[in-house]
Amino acid sequence: MKISPWREPWLWAVTVFSLLLAVPVLLIFTSVFIPQKELWQHLFATVLNDYVYHSLLIAFSVGGLTLLLGTSLAWLVARYEFAGRGTLQWLILLPMAMPAYILAYTYTGMLDVAGPLQTHLRATFNWTYHDYWFPDVRSVGGAILMLSLVLYPYVYMLARTAFSEQSASFYEASRSMGVSGFGYFRKVAFPLARPAILTGTALAMMEAFADYGTVQYFGISTFTTGIFRTWNGLGNTIGAAQLAAVLTSFVLVLLLIEKHSRRRLRYFHQGQKQNSAKRLTLTPVSAVWAVIACLLPVSLGFIIPCAQLLIWAAERATTQIDSGFIDLIWNSFYLAASAALIAVGLALLFAYAKRLRSHWLLNSQVQIASLGYAIPGTVIAIGAMLMLSAADDALNALTESLFDTSVGLIFSGTLVALLLAYSVRFLAVALHNVEAGLQRIKPSMDDAARSMGLSSFAVLKTVHIPLLRASVLSAILLVFVDVLKELPATLILRPFNFNTLAVRTFELASEERLQDAAVPAIAIVLVGILPVVLLTRALESGKDR
Amino acid sequence: MKRFLKLVGLVSCISVSAFASAQEVNVYSARKEALIKPLLDKFSADTGISVNLVTGKADALITRLKSEGKYSPADILITTDVGRLYRAKEQGLTQAIETDAFKELISQNYIDPDSNWVGFTLRARPLMVAPERVDASQLSRMEDLADEQWRGRICIRSSSNIYNQSMVAAMIAQLGEEKTQAWLNDFVKNFARTPKGGDRDQIKAVVAGQCDIAIANTYYLAGMASDGDEATRETASKVKVVWPNQQDRGAHVNISGAAITKHAPNAAAAQKLVSFMLQDESQEWYAKTNHEYPLRADVEQSEVLTTFGDFKAEDVDLAKVGELNRQAVVLMDKAGWK
Repeated sequence: MKISPWREPWLWAVTVFSLLLAVPVLLIFTSVFIPQKELWQHLFATVLNDYVYHSLLIAFSVGGLTLLLGTSLAWLVARYEFAGRGTLQWLILLPMAMPAYILAYTYTGMLDVAGPLQTHLRATFNWTYHDYWFPDVRSVGGAILMLSLVLYPYVYMLARTAFSEQSASFYEASRSMGVSGFGYFRKVAFPLARPAILTGTALAMMEAFADYGTVQYFGISTFTTGIFRTWNGLGNTIGAAQLAAVLTSFVLVLLLIEKHSRRRLRYFHQGQKQNSAKRLTLTPVSAVWAVIACLLPVSLGFIIPCAQLLIWAAERATTQIDSGFIDLIWNSFYLAASAALIAVGLALLFAYAKRLRSHWLLNSQVQIASLGYAIPGTVIAIGAMLMLSAADDALNALTESLFDTSVGLIFSGTLVALLLAYSVRFLAVALHNVEAGLQRIKPSMDDAARSMGLSSFAVLKTVHIPLLRASVLSAILLVFVDVLKELPATLILRPFNFNTLAVRTFELASEERLQDAAVPAIAIVLVGILPVVLLTRALESGKDR
Repeated sequence: MKRFLKLVGLVSCISVSAFASAQEVNVYSARKEALIKPLLDKFSADTGISVNLVTGKADALITRLKSEGKYSPADILITTDVGRLYRAKEQGLTQAIETDAFKELISQNYIDPDSNWVGFTLRARPLMVAPERVDASQLSRMEDLADEQWRGRICIRSSSNIYNQSMVAAMIAQLGEEKTQAWLNDFVKNFARTPKGGDRDQIKAVVAGQCDIAIANTYYLAGMASDGDEATRETASKVKVVWPNQQDRGAHVNISGAAITKHAPNAAAAQKLVSFMLQDESQEWYAKTNHEYPLRADVEQSEVLTTFGDFKAEDVDLAKVGELNRQAVVLMDKAGWK
């Protein structure tokens, strides 16, 4: 029996929330109706080529690299047993806590032409700058590397969950047909995990598209730096919004292709919990290589930059850590935690709605609301700002007519604005994780539970959430860490006298005081590691049950 | 509904009480917290007026101000560049400041003709060269930087940076569009590398030998020269400041300054804060701590700045420089300055 999707009140809630989140994104698209012929002629004749080429090059290279790194590490950890595997499997996640722009600052500080390494080389061999070749950190290649190093955990996390949930029966069946080793990975395990892997890759690519901090510091012209240049330099807000709209369209196309590519793929868990495939023990020599393979990205993306930051921070800790520093940590933490809970709550609502009542209008609403991940934080912040100002104006008009007094700004310049912007920006992360988990649960289980008289909410609570536990926890973790690192929206929207660790880091780093900036930077990383460790523990204990 | 009204009532009580304590002033500042908070704290201690601060990028703050409209809590906008003050004024976000008292203290040029903004400090953007590789006599004018002998020898940051935009805008104001474009085309050919990093980066690149000439703001070099880190101080000591255009229009300068917002709920307190910034103690603090040139001639420069030598500053209409910002970016795009 098919009933109209609009009969159930909670579906209205979905509509209202998804529309609210879509407004800031839609506001960007309204700009395309105001022609800016002169501007586009100028951009076309001068810089647009660079914007398009660099943005695509960076996003696709980051996509490729994170796919390769994330999937192979996940396969290694999920499939094989070797000494240190237990520790390594969460160490691999740590680069996630490192903001890309901080990685960029740190490597520049170490490896740049004026950095200690090159200075030392010149002094030792009596070289001048022109006597030797040294790779330039601040280049397109450097940006791709920096972004990939902090983004591969997105792929790794989703892929590992997918691999470790694959039932042992697949492996045994394959082996009985003579397929094992790499053939098994290529023909069975990878295709089965493909939705999760592609989701992770898409997230990494969206983040790469939206990156501003790294490319700006490296002096690379991309869409994001172009948006700023058009807005600040050329003073053309509408043109900037149009550039953002083009960028968003790229991503929309990308997401549709990804969706199209797996339109016929549907993989589900079996109803009852099955044994995961047993991990194969590696020979001692292979085990050493496995450990090296796991340690390499962790060292480059976390251990080495952290060590450098700690050295810098040690020199400046006394001047940078004052009574206000605890406030910075607390502000960062509770903002990130609240945003993570809100985003994951909304993601559950949306994903569940789509599952129960798949309707094109509903699906596209949710799709638009989750585009925010590929849009630079500043652009979303401005969308959110315009929307909340309109709400404030309406509220003031109301109170003025009712009580003859104005209440001032209730939404703008408050934490409401920040939480809205974070929800728009990071909904996609939560949604993709939750959906990836939800897709693996057979619809027949829903039907069975419903036929036993459970309400749809009860199905969520008693059937889905326990099965979704890993995905929901990953979603919370990812959004938490993302918000913790978030800078541009926080910078624009925050209330008076309110700073976060990311804001403090940026202020010092943009004054080119890298050593001072190391103190709050290392604090971001430490606050970010805490949930990584806690949640990995929780996930592990969940598996053992 | 009842609950909603209660909520509105509660919230309005809070915000009304916030407005009721007139002894505060709300600041939107494009100056970083570390470079302004100590002075604001001193203002609070002196006057009893508490200061609420949001820092950010100038254009973002201007956009926020505009979007908040007449209910905006902001009283004062502080920027590090005249172009942004001009932009705020142009968008109708500012009001006239009581400037009569200032006109005796600082040059007329650093006050908006309609008194909508006032300068606090001055920063110059000279050349910084490796003295052993550069003959300063070959570099008496900015125009000389287009010369072929400097091919691959100049370091400067991105043209997305406001200091470069203002520098080129000032050039357009004085030389005209055509000459500036021609100069830019050749100047860009002389870059040692694709522009990257900040001003300090360019100075360091000169010392490392990647280039011979950097263009940077004075307070960056001064900051390096008085850094706690010995290696940084040593780097700073290896470059020499060259003041261009001393025989004609003068070296490029810009100001940091402030405007009072149009709908400032605490305009009187904002006015007090502006006056405070031009007091000799504040000007001294700026000069000593941030190594900027005080706008008041009767306040001494920092010791480091005096080692850079005296110079003649260009005498260009700063409001005009703000107006030409957009055109400057167009010309730089055309010249291929990334």
